[in-house]
Amino acid sequence: MREKHGSAKTRRFISNTVVHIVLAVLAFIWLFPIFWVIMTSFRAEPGSYVTSFFPKGYTLGNYQKLFTDTTVLNFPRMFMNTLIIAIFSCIISSFMVLSVSYCMSRLRFKFRKPFMNIAMILTLFPGFMSMIAVYYILKAIGLSEGAMIRVALVMVYSGGTGLGFYVAKGFFDTIPKALDEAAFLDGATKFQVFTRITMPLSKPIIVYTVLTSFMAPWTDFIFAKVICRAESQYFTVAIGLWRMLEREYINSWYTSFAAGAVLISIPIAIVFLATQKFYADGMSGAVKG
Amino acid sequence: MGKAAGKKKRGKDFATPYTLGAAVKKGDFATKLSFVICGAGNIIYRQFIKGFLFLAIEIAYIWFMIKSGFYNLSMLPSLGWLEQEEIWNESKGIYEYVAGHNSVLILLYGVLTIFITFMFILVWKSAVKSAYKAQCLTKEGKHVNSFMDDVKDLFNGNLQNLLMSVPLAGIISFTVLPLIFMISMAFTSYSKLDNHLVLFDWVGLDNFKKVLSFKDAIGQQFWSVLGWTLIWAIFATGLNYILGMILAIVINRKGTRFKGFWRFCFILSIAVPQFVTLLIMRTMLNQEGAVNVLLKSIGLIDESLPFFTDATWARVTVIVINLWVGIPYTLIQATGILQNIPAELYESARVDGANAFVTFFKITLPYMMFVMTPYLITQFTGNVNNFNVIYLLSAGAPTPVGNSAGKTDLLVTWLYKLTVDQQYFNLGAVIGIMTFIVLAIVALVTYRNTASYKDEEGFQ
Repeated sequence: MREKHGSAKTRRFISNTVVHIVLAVLAFIWLFPIFWVIMTSFRAEPGSYVTSFFPKGYTLGNYQKLFTDTTVLNFPRMFMNTLIIAIFSCIISSFMVLSVSYCMSRLRFKFRKPFMNIAMILTLFPGFMSMIAVYYILKAIGLSEGAMIRVALVMVYSGGTGLGFYVAKGFFDTIPKALDEAAFLDGATKFQVFTRITMPLSKPIIVYTVLTSFMAPWTDFIFAKVICRAESQYFTVAIGLWRMLEREYINSWYTSFAAGAVLISIPIAIVFLATQKFYADGMSGAVKG
Repeated sequence: MGKAAGKKKRGKDFATPYTLGAAVKKGDFATKLSFVICGAGNIIYRQFIKGFLFLAIEIAYIWFMIKSGFYNLSMLPSLGWLEQEEIWNESKGIYEYVAGHNSVLILLYGVLTIFITFMFILVWKSAVKSAYKAQCLTKEGKHVNSFMDDVKDLFNGNLQNLLMSVPLAGIISFTVLPLIFMISMAFTSYSKLDNHLVLFDWVGLDNFKKVLSFKDAIGQQFWSVLGWTLIWAIFATGLNYILGMILAIVINRKGTRFKGFWRFCFILSIAVPQFVTLLIMRTMLNQEGAVNVLLKSIGLIDESLPFFTDATWARVTVIVINLWVGIPYTLIQATGILQNIPAELYESARVDGANAFVTFFKITLPYMMFVMTPYLITQFTGNVNNFNVIYLLSAGAPTPVGNSAGKTDLLVTWLYKLTVDQQYFNLGAVIGIMTFIVLAIVALVTYRNTASYKDEEGFQ
């Protein structure tokens, strides 16, 4: 009896070891490109051509160049542009996604099923198929010139986000309806149930929604490219970094590109660090409590 | 039969006696007046603010139609004919440009006008219904909602109107309208071919014939790009889902230690913006990039590996790199859901003597599928439309000489090349529509058959 117990223990030990080794290898693969970017950002020799794994010399010059050499590519300005756009579009689109998801999950009205079907149809079209049309519409309402480009980008990033309700709706669906009904019995309105019961129980999905919408402006460069065109004052970080890898810039800007990449990843990484526990906590504990 | 019954029931659920038909038949003078003057009925029945709002909308619409709407509609069939001209101005001694017609703008304004008219019809309908409702309630001696009552109702019974209006407006102006505009482009000659960039005409289904034919060069490229797009989407979605879920379960299992740390390692790759990692990987995998140089210097290979120059290599490379990009997302989703599964389910299963294998297939998997099917479908459509990964990594390369589509080009990246780079807007629009049709077929078949669509309340 004891022997059997012992062998089960060894087996568990072996399987645990294997799991941890596999996880370590995978984690290495996932972290390697990030490590590579950070290393490149400190590399002293310029250009994208490397001959050795580790840099031959280290420098902070790549970061310095980003903030001092603003004649061709004004990185600080791009950073601020993107930050402003990201904050506004994040607020607007989180509101849109969460309210639409709540309506789809909890409220029952005539337009609901048709809306869900229409939304599904609309998300099947390639996202930027409408890009040219959006540009003309923005031009028609006078948002395609000068400082208005920022407003235009906020609208483009947040405008259609109400369609992306599936994930949040799926989450709301898992919150027990009994909670709502109990609140109705206490005389709560539907709006109160939405803001005081569903929202506090939905931290993970709120975090998810906020993060994904905050990141959109940092990662998109197609819409930004079409809407900013040649107005380099309003470039977002994505276009700027993309430009650094173009043939005429890559030799002098490649390492600074890595530096810029590190810099814009930092705020996003911090947001992740701060909110990761919401994923870990999960929902089951929240509802029980 | 079940479906028909369901439909009937749904219709009944939201049935109201205040319909347009009833208003025509039983409406009194005030209601009838609302057919011509929106809001008249509401004003007569003392719903002043509501009535005047309807009236203001009607006046605005009529003003718009007179000012430009009718002109826009009249130009739509021809799409304009006047070319821009240079005219010699004697007195100033210079050439002056006389603006010609611009077919793109004519098309856009025409579509807009039709759309505004459609919206107005909806407002008009609700005005008539609202007047009839006020009439009925007054006649029955019931309370007619004041404006404040209506506003209060927005927070309770009609909460959907409050929450949905802004998102709906956004969706309509940034998704629906542009789409209608682009779809109509598919039926025109808007391309650089024969210089139709400013003035163009309706050409019916010619563009579709061109794209779908097996003989035309564009048609042949279309079929091969379509094939690759589907293969890509299936592999990218399926592998990401399976591997991501396995990873989530492995991290979440009891014996695994440092759960938070492992998750953090994978999630960190999301924290770095996608296009950054993609661009970095592209430079690393280039002919003269870090990977090739290092492998050569170690002596493992003599010649550069053709990551983006050989068709098969390029295809495998983009799929593998997409795994790197996509698995952390699945991990996040799956982890949240795994932890969401009520612990009681597992406890009662254990009491019943079920082993780990049985609990996985009877509890974990069904629950995951239930919640994640919509996610899977959005992933599939997202992959068919995955512009970033392909465009930033391989940019469609390798591209055979004389073709506009490369071997790793998806329909979307090809669409981008055709419109932005080569200015074949009409063909681009056709390809967009074809993408939609492909996705629509896939999505309808799968979505309609999933448990979470059929039985929404299943796990509640």
